[in-house]
Amino acid sequence: MITGRVWKFGDNINTDLMIPNHVLHAPEEEQLKAVFSANRPGWVDEVQKGDILIAGHNFGMGSARAGARSLRNVGLACMVAESLNGLHLRNSVNYGFVALECEGVSTAFSEGDIAEISLEDFTIRNKTTGVTLKASPVPERLLTLMQNGGTFPLLEAEGYVSPVRPPKIGGGHK
Amino acid sequence: MGMTIVEKILARASGAAKVSPGDMVVVDVDCVVLYDGNFFSFGKAGTRDVLKIKDPDRVVVIFDHEVPAPTAQAAALQDGGRAFVKQFGIKRFHDVGRSGICHAVVADNAYALPGSVLVASDSHTCSAGAFNCAARGVAGPDIMFALATGQTWFKVGETIRYDLNGRLPRGVSMKDVFLHIAGTFGAHATQNVEFGGSGLPYLSINARRTMTTMGAELSAEFATFEADDVLIDYVKQRNQAPFEPQAPDADAKYKDRRAIDLSRIEPLVALPDAVINNSVPVGQVAGTVIQQAFIGSCANGTLDDLAAAASVVAGRQVAPGVRLIVTPATQAIYLRALKAGYVETLMEAGAVVTNATCGACFGGHMGLLGPGETCLTSSTRNFKGRMGDPSARIYMASPATVAASALAGTITHPGEFFQGDAS
Ligand code: SF4
Repeated sequence: MITGRVWKFGDNINTDLMIPNHVLHAPEEEQLKAVFSANRPGWVDEVQKGDILIAGHNFGMGSARAGARSLRNVGLACMVAESLNGLHLRNSVNYGFVALECEGVSTAFSEGDIAEISLEDFTIRNKTTGVTLKASPVPERLLTLMQNGGTFPLLEAEGYVSPVRPPKIGGGHK
Repeated sequence: MGMTIVEKILARASGAAKVSPGDMVVVDVDCVVLYDGNFFSFGKAGTRDVLKIKDPDRVVVIFDHEVPAPTAQAAALQDGGRAFVKQFGIKRFHDVGRSGICHAVVADNAYALPGSVLVASDSHTCSAGAFNCAARGVAGPDIMFALATGQTWFKVGETIRYDLNGRLPRGVSMKDVFLHIAGTFGAHATQNVEFGGSGLPYLSINARRTMTTMGAELSAEFATFEADDVLIDYVKQRNQAPFEPQAPDADAKYKDRRAIDLSRIEPLVALPDAVINNSVPVGQVAGTVIQQAFIGSCANGTLDDLAAAASVVAGRQVAPGVRLIVTPATQAIYLRALKAGYVETLMEAGAVVTNATCGACFGGHMGLLGPGETCLTSSTRNFKGRMGDPSARIYMASPATVAASALAGTITHPGEFFQGDAS
């Protein structure tokens, strides 16, 4: 069971808002300070470890940049949206961040409510109002990745890839 | 209720009897395609070593984004890629000289088999949907996962069915059909697009590929064509592996079903910066002065496209002040265009015919735009700044329209110059 304080966001929150251009090639510690700096300046200083993000439709639209990793890095326990963009969902799995989809979630919560989320039966309960909703189930295998650091720790543990070593050359995808 | 093409492919690949919109499925991947950019994150040049992979025979490595290497960094990446290929004994490797844009190389060799699943970490991977294949662009870590475990996962979306009926008029191409769909119906985020219809037998594999490749610009999850004899023959001539095409069930459930009368499509142009809800008839922007005309990319560097361009410019001259850049999508296409005389025709008209590469399409290397310039491109994207300076304006149209405009020096309807058959 995950219990935490709710932060509310709207529809079509894009990946540029999570990782703005000016920190695109910065280290992860730098990137997390810039999360939502354009749409909610100062939010990163208020959010606390274990908080929960609740959002509207098409959360994470835009590019393949690793917004989910930054949400994990700011300390959010998980997120629930009306719907998730396809690549954001992929990167939530890739980088180990629990992200669920649940119809009606954006109207069932106000900012500051306490949410209680079960990853066993995917119920989303508003402890403040008593309303209970049902999220779409996530297959066990993907949920395990979301809860355990994502793709790389698994591949590393199973001996498929080596640990990270310092890059010999710089650069990133064009 | 029955299943759509993609639902049937994903059901087979996940071992389920049925999949429906909203399901998440873990599937076996039949083909993992890597390109030079992947070696930023692993291999000799990147930050992790891949220690073992599930099945080297399901992997294809193709160098395309920056070939031959324009920088020392690109050369180092490719060097890392070669070491990777050697280490794991990858047989299907397309090095510089035997290469081309990855999605087009996949098509040349029919690496995408009907009814199969294919992934690459490039957004235009949906191109292979022309082969009745569930092909999707994924993120870099997904490629590592697929290499290692032989699997990936997808969320099943709802499907929009397009029935393409009738035949295209002379001088009108699938790029115009795409511009019509993008202009009329807008984005298809979280949805699949499926194509079939009575016009299918008249559409070449190249034409179908133009449409599925542009599926990325519709934000579609998967873009897939029905399999017909044209496709089956094409695949059998190039790949001996067995395959099982998937047809939609008669009672497949679609979110919407839309009929397109191909005979009524006219040449269109997308205005700069976006292709969604941004198409106008050529006449509306006719006379716009251009400095560059580009024919190429994974969507429109096919032999049909080079033939259409050659047909338009034959015996004529590119207007002073215009650079016409033509990039065959693969080395194999280049050679065929050379033998067919298209390259000669284009060069006599004053075009630069480049080697096969992504090149100008993403402003990666060569053929970039300067401040304030205007380009008419037949490639995939017209985002601000994609082909060079952010103040440059990028319009998008079919290869025939681009070629006609290069001759006139301004955006021009291809009907004035077109001499070939419809394709
Ligand atoms: S040709 Fe353009 S769109 Fe196609 S893969 Fe290369 S850069 Fe991407």
